[in-house]
Amino acid sequence: MSAIPADFSGFIVIVKRDCETCQLIVPVLQQLAATADCLVYSQDDPAFPPGLPAVRDDRELEVSYRLDIEIVPTIIRADAGVEVERLFGWNRDEWRALSNNPGLGAGLAAFSPGCGSKSVDPGLPENLAYKFGDTRLSARRIEVAPLQDEHELAFERGWSDGLPVVPPTEDRVLRMLAGTTRAPEEIVGVIPPDFASCSVEKVAINAVMAGCKPAYLPVVLAAVEAACLDEFCMHGVLATTYFAAPIVIVNGPIAREIGMNSAHNVLGQGNRANATIGRALQLVIRNVGGGKPGGVDRATLGQPGKIGFCFAEREQDSYWESLSVERGFSPDQSTVTLFAGGGVHAVGDQKSREPESLTRSLAAMLRGLHHSKLYGGPDALLVISPEHMRVFREARWSKARFREALAQELVIDSGRILAGKGGIAEGMPERAAGGHISKFREGGLQIVHAGGGAGMWSAAILGWAASGAKGSVPVTVSVKS
Amino acid sequence: MKHLLDPTSEAQPAQRQMLPRPQSLAGKRVALLDISKPRGDVFLDQLEAKLGSLGVATLRYSKPTFARVAPAELRQRITSECDLVIEALAD
Repeated sequence: MSAIPADFSGFIVIVKRDCETCQLIVPVLQQLAATADCLVYSQDDPAFPPGLPAVRDDRELEVSYRLDIEIVPTIIRADAGVEVERLFGWNRDEWRALSNNPGLGAGLAAFSPGCGSKSVDPGLPENLAYKFGDTRLSARRIEVAPLQDEHELAFERGWSDGLPVVPPTEDRVLRMLAGTTRAPEEIVGVIPPDFASCSVEKVAINAVMAGCKPAYLPVVLAAVEAACLDEFCMHGVLATTYFAAPIVIVNGPIAREIGMNSAHNVLGQGNRANATIGRALQLVIRNVGGGKPGGVDRATLGQPGKIGFCFAEREQDSYWESLSVERGFSPDQSTVTLFAGGGVHAVGDQKSREPESLTRSLAAMLRGLHHSKLYGGPDALLVISPEHMRVFREARWSKARFREALAQELVIDSGRILAGKGGIAEGMPERAAGGHISKFREGGLQIVHAGGGAGMWSAAILGWAASGAKGSVPVTVSVKS
Repeated sequence: MKHLLDPTSEAQPAQRQMLPRPQSLAGKRVALLDISKPRGDVFLDQLEAKLGSLGVATLRYSKPTFARVAPAELRQRITSECDLVIEALAD
């Protein structure tokens, strides 16, 4: 709907009393109104400007919104209902040219900048878009009764992971959607376990609830997209009795742009982006996919990262190529990698100064993951801290060289870990006897650099028991704007 | 009136109804589905013998991996060849 009346020829001026320039040009408006058709709209006070035959009340800001006014005063010249030209602020020469009135504003300063339009006050554009029906939102609207607590409503409806969620109001969702260029109705993927189609709008609603900023939305969308890839097997990751959940690892410039943590306490709490992006993905699986604990989520114990587990790789001072580069992307591409993982296991080694020694330490811990007598089971994600990285850097060990040395340490004579050996019934089946076997399948160990500058601790994150083609493999997708 | 936007798929399936239980197995063919977890076959071997001694026809099937849902082709084959299914979870 156009805010310019059909067939109107003349001037439309938007002003507010709370603007010195608008007050300055009151005589100009009086001059204009005396000589031409003028529609003057006031954003804050219909008694302003004085001395005009009529001032139109735009305190609801509908006209300002529809005319896309950013600065007051704005003057628009219209011809037969169509905008021909507009100016904002006061510039005597330009206003004279636009109005074809060479005597306009005589005696006034030649120039005075305008003020911000009330329609672009923080938060208002989304409200106005919603109010005047220009949104493309299609989600069902849930009424909050006057005395109802909206936080409790979210719990009662089963939308929460157990922590409070930010109530997904229309204006919050619209602000969130401003974080992407993708259309609200675009389908991102089909979310297990209900195999429900998930639109950008539904992701935005859940991102609001998780506490995301709009700038995080492209990362959340990429994470949802990755979780829907068949090879990631999100259905199984959810349904398993094991510990696994999607762990989100962010690489590339976007991690720095949105202020993600890749340093101190990187796997812990305290950074909004890290905490809420992982949570948003889990809320999408819960709310859109219908995957809830006790329902299709059959985890025996679970782990705290199932609320959300997301972090960025510390790329800026890493000696090694990043995870995304290893996986075929360029360093200036922003990516999201999903790893189906469980809890964090520590490796403390404060004495190794030689890469061979540190490699053996890391291998010793990795060999014990899941079960020290089970090989070829879960994948793992190794998080190397800066102080451990220093040992490899000082010895000029590339990532490839470390991988090769580590792989040798992760091979065992299968006879030592057969079922029943060492008085433990668990172990490899008899058919594995008489050979050597690796702890991880080919491609089953991911390595990233992250953490604070002090501390000779690294970490391994245990993968899902069903790793590889029979279950889940890590997936990487690029982040779209 | 304040509103919130629904974060769910808005397609929550109506409560799934159980199919009526068969009154008898006479003349029915029973699918025995192994989901490929360890020792599922032991359980199904016992069932196969028991059903066989009652004169009930059985057919054996298995999923490629327990970690994934059964492929559509397998589900369709079972539906077209059998009247009911017994699935072994095991471990």
